Amino acid sequence: MSERTRGVSIELEHLTKIYPGVAAPAVDDVTMTIPAGEMVVFVGPSGCGKTTTMKMINRLIEPSAGAIRLGGVDVTHGNPVELRRRIGYVIQSVGLFPHMTIAANVGQVPTMLGWKKADVRERVEQMLELVGLEPSTFAGRYPRQLSGGQQQRVGVARALAADPPVLLMDEPFGATDPITREHLQLEFRGLQQELGKTVIFVTHDFEEALALGDRIAVLADQSRIVQYDTPRVLVGAPAEEHVEQFVGSSAHVRMLSLLTAREAASPSVAATRDIPAEATLRRALDELISGVPALRVVGEDGKVWGGLDFQGLCRSVARYFRDPENARTPEGMTIRS
Amino acid sequence: MAEPSVWDYLGSQWSHIEPLMVEQVELIALVMVLAAMLGVGVGMAIWDKPGSGGLVIGAAAAFLTIPSLALMTLFLPIFGLGWTGTVVALVLYAQLPIIRNTVAGLQGVDPGVLESARGIGMSPRRVLVHVQLPLAWPVIIAGVRVATMLVFGISAIAAYVSGPGLGALIFTGLQRFGAVNSLNQAAVGGLGITVLALAFDGAYLLLRRLTVSRGIRV
Repeated sequence: MSERTRGVSIELEHLTKIYPGVAAPAVDDVTMTIPAGEMVVFVGPSGCGKTTTMKMINRLIEPSAGAIRLGGVDVTHGNPVELRRRIGYVIQSVGLFPHMTIAANVGQVPTMLGWKKADVRERVEQMLELVGLEPSTFAGRYPRQLSGGQQQRVGVARALAADPPVLLMDEPFGATDPITREHLQLEFRGLQQELGKTVIFVTHDFEEALALGDRIAVLADQSRIVQYDTPRVLVGAPAEEHVEQFVGSSAHVRMLSLLTAREAASPSVAATRDIPAEATLRRALDELISGVPALRVVGEDGKVWGGLDFQGLCRSVARYFRDPENARTPEGMTIRS
Repeated sequence: MAEPSVWDYLGSQWSHIEPLMVEQVELIALVMVLAAMLGVGVGMAIWDKPGSGGLVIGAAAAFLTIPSLALMTLFLPIFGLGWTGTVVALVLYAQLPIIRNTVAGLQGVDPGVLESARGIGMSPRRVLVHVQLPLAWPVIIAGVRVATMLVFGISAIAAYVSGPGLGALIFTGLQRFGAVNSLNQAAVGGLGITVLALAFDGAYLLLRRLTVSRGIRV
């Protein structure tokens, strides 16, 4: 594919939504910056205003007050229809057009933008390949002929077709079965890292938030931001009881999934069994429990980072709980595999 | 003198009956094209307006209760004898099922589909024309079918105001009841309308087959 549009930053400033006749605002004075190219997850209980906040960004819901800036440009006013064509949108019910073929669904935004037919067709093929659907098999089918997981892949392809810098996703994998959901999460995580889009992802599932987010915004009623941080800080140093509730009683175990073997490797530990440097500590622990005394941490390029034993693993996890600032170091921002 | 059989009557009078059948088909086709354009247009205008929409549907329903003979007579001073008054009356009678089905069809579109249509940047007009209308289409066609059957029945009355179609056979047959072939004449008029109505119904099935997307065909 030719040049792709990278993500741009999203700034929300004092964003507020008040519905007429309702005293309490649905969203009250939200100010936050979503850095360009990052995937930020809004997580919070049902009815906390997370979806309303997200829908104000593409103005499916018009803000009562405040401002939205995409890449520094104010988009609070001006034509919402044109704005939405520059913002990918994926929802839980997928919302594919049942009377259109998969190709027509995916090609919808490019067609509206006036692309030439041949260009649209080429883009549709690229997009279907991108989300793992063979174009020759799927392009001519109709949505009802696809499984739920396949439909959601088409939903993602449709959202990405016009190469928008920003993607909004409202519980996109919520309606799929657990196995499909995990597949889709992993795939989408990889896709996002490859494309570098700015993504806002809304969910009520904290597991999903941890699995996907570069940063997580934990929201409470009226979309109040309780904590906005990386998964490691959230788990290691929850700001309030509200966040602790989300993290639950198994914070240390959760942290295992957020750290890589490389980060826990020590030169002084000798081992023979190999583990990839980017594997999670969860996987490392699994191997250690199975009876291997120590693991050798090897990078994709063959570089040996050192050895990893049970003590090293415990130390590495504990570090984030003793001193959450560790999680804010550049190493703390390492992309997990 | 014994009444000749229907077949004898058909055979001897075919040159007289055939043009009436053609006229009947032309009348219904014209009425339904106009009625569908009007009814679907009105439905598209009111589907999302519960207040004024209710009024329009109520009016169309009330209209249907006016006896057709009375209405056509009322139209006489305005449109005179013949086609115009008949067409206007029939188009109006056809409105209720068409408008109601158009509204129901447009309202019945999955909210998730509508949200994603708006969310990817379709204008309200594009949502209506490219998403809602095609999805509502099977329901709209069903409404037009019902309206067609309704109009076929009422169209026979048009002969009373010298309107076109097979109604003329029924009326003449009844007026000279007892005379030779009077019963045959009325029966051929009535049966002719029935047969044509069934033919139209078949045509709608074909239209449905050809115009409803494969993705939503049941």
